[in-house]
Amino acid sequence: MSAAPQPNGVYFDCRDSFAATIESLAEADPRIVTVVSDSVGSSKLGGFKTKFPDRMVNVGIAEQTLVAVGAGLANGGKLPFVSAASCFLTGRALEQVKADIAYSNVNVKLIGQSSGVAYGELGPTHHSIEDLAWLRLFNNMKLIVPADPWQTEQAIRAAAAYDGPVFVRVSRMPVPALQRRNPVFEIGVAETLVDGTDATIIANGTMVHRAVAAATALAAEGISARVVNMATVNPLDETAIAAAAETGAIVTVEEHSVRGGLGGAVAEIITGTNPVPMRIMGFPGFVPTGSADWLMDHFGLTPAGISDAVKQTIARKK
Amino acid sequence: MLSSPPAGRTLTNDMTLIIRDKALWIRRRSFQMVYEARLGHPGGDFSAADILATLYFGVLRYDPTNPTDPSRDRFVMSKGHCTGAFYAVLAAAGYFPEADLSTYMKPLSMLNGHPNRNYLPGVETNTGPLGHGLPVATGIAIAGQIDGTASRTFVLTGDGELQEGSNWEAALTAAHRKLENLTLIIDRNRLQQGARTEETASLDPLDDKWRAFGWHVEVVDGHNYDELFNVLSESPKGRGKPLCVIANTFKGKGVSFMHDNVAWHHGVPNAEQFEQAMVELV
Repeated sequence: MSAAPQPNGVYFDCRDSFAATIESLAEADPRIVTVVSDSVGSSKLGGFKTKFPDRMVNVGIAEQTLVAVGAGLANGGKLPFVSAASCFLTGRALEQVKADIAYSNVNVKLIGQSSGVAYGELGPTHHSIEDLAWLRLFNNMKLIVPADPWQTEQAIRAAAAYDGPVFVRVSRMPVPALQRRNPVFEIGVAETLVDGTDATIIANGTMVHRAVAAATALAAEGISARVVNMATVNPLDETAIAAAAETGAIVTVEEHSVRGGLGGAVAEIITGTNPVPMRIMGFPGFVPTGSADWLMDHFGLTPAGISDAVKQTIARKK
Repeated sequence: MLSSPPAGRTLTNDMTLIIRDKALWIRRRSFQMVYEARLGHPGGDFSAADILATLYFGVLRYDPTNPTDPSRDRFVMSKGHCTGAFYAVLAAAGYFPEADLSTYMKPLSMLNGHPNRNYLPGVETNTGPLGHGLPVATGIAIAGQIDGTASRTFVLTGDGELQEGSNWEAALTAAHRKLENLTLIIDRNRLQQGARTEETASLDPLDDKWRAFGWHVEVVDGHNYDELFNVLSESPKGRGKPLCVIANTFKGKGVSFMHDNVAWHHGVPNAEQFEQAMVELV
């Protein structure tokens, strides 16, 4: 088990948080509809379907129409939450996401389920480690990668309240509830979970609790590592990144390809402002067969792997 | 709230004269736009002109001073490359000043080569890549079905565009949900960019395909105002199926040297050709 040990040992599936939140929001807002592509169960929307049978649109296994119907429903005055496996929602329907949602700038929420390598052994066709790189190109689309159940609820509520296109990347990987001093969520604002001055670990999604565990381990060795939860990948919190650069070393960690995701986004900012030694942790591309946990271990996305990367990056400081 | 048209409405002589006049103007004005911009898709503009004129001056319920009125009928221009005709009919319908048409495709113009809803009133969704209009229109129609509104949704596709698989995904959902408030009009000019559709990836028998997908199909002369008006204005109430109107048309309709000529898919006239077209389009 690569997940960091937690004091209470309780782990959560963030899809449950998504499902409870959307049901709660739908009670109060009659505009809310869900749109699925035979993805009711995998989105954990069985409860929504029972409560609001007329407000769920299932287009069958047809992701292009899934996304386009979301755009049409928004035109017709609805507030659609389009939910499907992230690999197909973003990859199969990429041009619909571009033209019908982002470029048309419509009030549609895309919920990418079971993102990253959650489908482990099913292989790279079912992994979604490219989604942030693809969607980050659509400059007006908000991209949120919540790290735990509380933040998932906050992200869904913020997405519903925001008038415009939003993508929320939801994981099915078990994660603990993070300890927060100041539980506030705002799109585009990162949160510092651990203070530190020697280096900054910038992580999101399922990697955040691993980064916190890495910082704890580093502290025992006398290394002060800051942990920033960069839940919003677009727009990035450039203030938090500038502050991270002041620690002189940055390690980014994401359940995504090392090409074009959170790490790439941070690097784009850092190179233009205050270049410091940096390491981007994630997956190199198509990965071999293995469970999600095995893949994370294999590619060093563990507290130990992150700790090593931090020390190596600090060593590159001039 | 826009009122519903009376049942059993027929096309009067006065309306026919207006529609014919508007269609002629759309052809003349859009060809001038293409001539001045040195860009455009005039062949498809001309095959669609009579359909657009019939929709905007005989069928659709809309208020150009309140373009997002929730009760409006929606028109989705899926063949988004034919902005010459689309922008001309929007201007004729009063959505924006006719003078704006002179900015077609110029730097910073609101009149991009493909329509953008954030630039112009009257554009429901951004199109350009083919096979996007029908799936979006299906979503609009589902919203109307959920709310039980009287609003109808019309979408105009090209015929070559039907080679995009996304249309057939949407066709399944529209029929499954019995979206009688949805009407697809196919501009069946039989020419795509490079050749005839039937020489590229055959569509025939096109009517049988749509019937097999569960749609009600009508085949009309896409340059005959009576046929277009009758099939498009008939109330969909109780039909229980989405409607597919296959409008048989000619690319370049109205100008002799452009008629049914694939070269005019995105051809641009020289001065002599432009003058000749203006002589013929009267």
